[in-house]
Amino acid sequence: MSEAQERTTQRQDNEREPIIRVEDCSVVFGRRAQQALEMRRSGKSKAEVERETGSTIGVLDANFEVWPSEIFVVIGLSGSGKSTLLRAINRLIEPTEGKIYLDGEYISEIPSKQLRQVRRKKIGMVFQHFGLLPNRTVLDNISFGLEIQGISAEKRRKSAEDTLDMVGLQGQGNKLITELSGGMQQRVGLARALATEQEILLMDEPFSALDPLIRRDMQNLFLDIQGEVKRTVVFVTHDLDEALRLGHRVAIMKDGEIVQLGTPEHILREPANEYVERFVEDVDYAKVRMAESVMVEPKEVAYTGEGPTVVLRRMRQAGLSHIFVVDRERHLVGLAEAEEVARLVERNERELGAAVDEDAPRVGRRTPLREVLPLFVDDGDAPVAVVDEGERLAGVIVRGSLIAGLTTSTEPSEEGGEDFSGVGNREPSEVGSGDAVERGRQG
Amino acid sequence: MMALLQSVPKLPIDNWVNGAISWIIGHFGGAFDVLNSVIEGVVSLLSFVLTAPPALLMIVLLTVIAFFLAGWRMAIFTVVGLLLVVSLGLWSDTMLTLALILAATTVCLAIGIPVGIVAAKSRRLEEVSLPILDLMQTMPAFVYLVPFVFLLGLGAGPALLATVIFATPPAVRLTMLGIQQVPRETVEAAHAFGATPMQTLFKVELPLSLSSIRAGVNQVIMLSLSMVVIAGLVGFEGLGKPVVTGLQQLNVGLAFEGGIGIVVLAIILDRVTRGIGRGGKTSKA
Ligand SMILES: Nc1ncnc2c1ncn2[C@@H]1O[C@H](COP(=O)(O)OP(=O)(O)OP(=O)(O)O)[C@@H](O)[C@H]1O
Ligand SMILES: [Mg+2]
Repeated sequence: MSEAQERTTQRQDNEREPIIRVEDCSVVFGRRAQQALEMRRSGKSKAEVERETGSTIGVLDANFEVWPSEIFVVIGLSGSGKSTLLRAINRLIEPTEGKIYLDGEYISEIPSKQLRQVRRKKIGMVFQHFGLLPNRTVLDNISFGLEIQGISAEKRRKSAEDTLDMVGLQGQGNKLITELSGGMQQRVGLARALATEQEILLMDEPFSALDPLIRRDMQNLFLDIQGEVKRTVVFVTHDLDEALRLGHRVAIMKDGEIVQLGTPEHILREPANEYVERFVEDVDYAKVRMAESVMVEPKEVAYTGEGPTVVLRRMRQAGLSHIFVVDRERHLVGLAEAEEVARLVERNERELGAAVDEDAPRVGRRTPLREVLPLFVDDGDAPVAVVDEGERLAGVIVRGSLIAGLTTSTEPSEEGGEDFSGVGNREPSEVGSGDAVERGRQG
Repeated sequence: MMALLQSVPKLPIDNWVNGAISWIIGHFGGAFDVLNSVIEGVVSLLSFVLTAPPALLMIVLLTVIAFFLAGWRMAIFTVVGLLLVVSLGLWSDTMLTLALILAATTVCLAIGIPVGIVAAKSRRLEEVSLPILDLMQTMPAFVYLVPFVFLLGLGAGPALLATVIFATPPAVRLTMLGIQQVPRETVEAAHAFGATPMQTLFKVELPLSLSSIRAGVNQVIMLSLSMVVIAGLVGFEGLGKPVVTGLQQLNVGLAFEGGIGIVVLAIILDRVTRGIGRGGKTSKA
C-alpha cells in the first residue's frame, strides 16, 4: 500500500506530464470548415457562421490539460459543444484541427488499428443514455469491453463479477438490462467502463437522465469508487451543482469555446465574464445547497439592553456556549461567548455590550454551503448566524446541524456520511489553494 | 398543342431493350444455360428431399415444428390443412412450391441482408438503392418474365429469378431500417471500447436489429408465395400449375383447389416464421 503510494507520488513528481493534452482543437460539422473557422475567429457569432456557411462549429480552439487522477468537468448549456469536445478526445468525432496527446502520445493521426488499441487500453467511456445492449444480461454487458479485446469467457466472467460488486449490483448479474431501473442501468454502464481498467474515463452526462435522488446516489458511488482506484476523469454535465461537487477543475463552454477554466471556487468567486456569472447565478443558486437548508432555530437569543446575569443564566439553562444578540426587531447585532458574559457578571457590569462580537461571521439565507464550510474550518465551534434580507436573524448553523444537513442530502443512500466526507475531504485543500494544477496532482 | 406534342420524337426504348436482349443471348447464352441448370438442380434436389419421406411423416414433422414455434392452435391447423392438401392430391405440388420458396428466400436474404447492411451505413448507396427497390416492387412481373424466359427457358430458372426480384426489397429495407434504428450511443459505445467494424456489426448492430430483420424474412417468404402463380405461368410445376390450368380451361374448381393449397402453405409459413422471432425471445428470458 505505502509502496504503491510512494510510487505514485514519485511519478507525479518526476513526470510533470499531463495525461491528456488538447491543443487548439476545433471541430466543424459541415463542408466549408476552414471558411467557417475563419469567420468565427474574426468575430462572427456561431449562429451567423451557421447561416452563412451552413456549417456548425462544434468546438472552437479548445486548449486544456488534464492531470493524472484529476476529475475535470466540462459544463455548458445544451449545444455548447461539450459532447463534441469529449468525443474529440477518443476521436469518436474527428477534430477538424488541433492536436491531442494521451500520456504524451500523439493520437490525432494514428491509423485506426492503433486507435482501437488506445481505446481498448487507455480510455473508457460512460454515456448519458447508457448505450447498453438490451439483448444481453448485466454480466454480459459489463464484460463487453473485455470481449472486444478477445479475453477468454472465463476471465471475463470473473472480472465482470468483481466489478458488479463494486457498483453495488451483487446478485443481479443474470438479469436482462430491460429489467433494471435507470439508475441500475447506469451502474452497469459504469461497471462496463470500470471492468476494462483503463486509466482515463470519459463520461458524457452520465447521471443526467436519472432523477435527482438517484443522481445523488450515483455521484456518491462514483466518488467512492474514485476514492479507491483513482482514474483520470473527464466529466460532462449541464448541472452546476454536480460540477462543483465532483470537479477538481471545471471548464465552462459557450458556443463551442471554453470561456473559463478553473477550480469550483475560482469560478464561483471570479466569474470570468457575464456569461459565466449568469450561468453561475441562474443554474447555481437554484440548485446548489444553500445556508438556509442546514440552519436550525436558535434555542435562545439575547436582546440588546438585557443584563449579563440574565443572559448567562439563560445560556446555562439551554447549555449554550455562544448566544446571538438581537434587537427588538430581531436585527442581528452580534455574538456573545459564555466566558465573556461570565466575566461581565464577575465585574458586575449592567450592560451586555462589551461581550458582543459584532464581527462574528454571518451569512445570507442563500449563501452556498461551499462558502459556509470554510468558516467552520477556520473558526472552531462558534455558530454562524443566518440572516435574511433585512439583516434579521433567521437561524443559526452549528457544526452539528451543518453535518446533519449535509448528510440528510443523501437520505436515499443510508450511508449519508459519505457526502460530508466527500465534500469535507476535498474542501480544505481547495480553500486558499486556487491553483488547480497543484490540486490535480495532490488528488 | 396536340401537333406540338406529336412532333416530339419517339424514343426507341423498345428497340434498345430488344437489341440488348438478343445481344446478351448471343454473347452470354451459355452462362445463362449454366445458371438455369444450377437453379433447376437445387430446386429439384430440395423438392426431392421434401417428398422423399412419406407424406404422413412430413406432416407429423411440420406439425411438431408448428407446435413449438406457433402453439397448439397452429399445430391443429397444420394437421388439418396438410391432410386437406393430401386429399386434394396436391402434396407433391405443395412440396415443390415449398422447395422453390426455400431456394428463393435463401437467395433473397443472401443478397438483401448484406445490401441492407451496407446501405444503412452509406448515404450514397441508400440513395441509389431506394428507387431501385421501388422499381423492383412496382414493375409488373410480366415485363421481366418474358426476357427471363428468353434467357433461361421455361421452369424453375425464370420462376426463381422473378420471385427473387419481387421478394428481395423487404429484406433490404427492413435490414437497413433495423440497423439505422440501433441507438447512436450504443454503436458509439462499441467504437469507444475499441471494437472493429466487424465486431460492431456482429455484436451490436445485427443483434439489435434482429426483430426488424425477422420481419423482413417473414415478408420475403410471403412475397415469394404471392409469385407462385407467376411461376406456374412460366412452366414451373407446383401449386401455381393447377391455378393456371384451371384458368386456361375455365375450370374454376381446379383453380380453387390450387388456391386452397397456396393459402394453407401461406398461413403455416407466416405463423411459423413469426414464431421464430417470438421463440427466440421467450427462450432467452
Ligand atoms: N453530428 C453532427 N452534425 C452536425 N452538427 C452537430 C453534430 N453533432 C453536434 N452538432 C452541433 O454541434 C454543436 C455542439 O453539439 P454538442 O452535442 O457537442 O453539444 P452539447 O454541449 O453536448 O449539448 P447537449 O447538452 O445538448 O448534449 C451543436 O450546435 C450541435 O447542433
Ligand atoms: Mg451532449
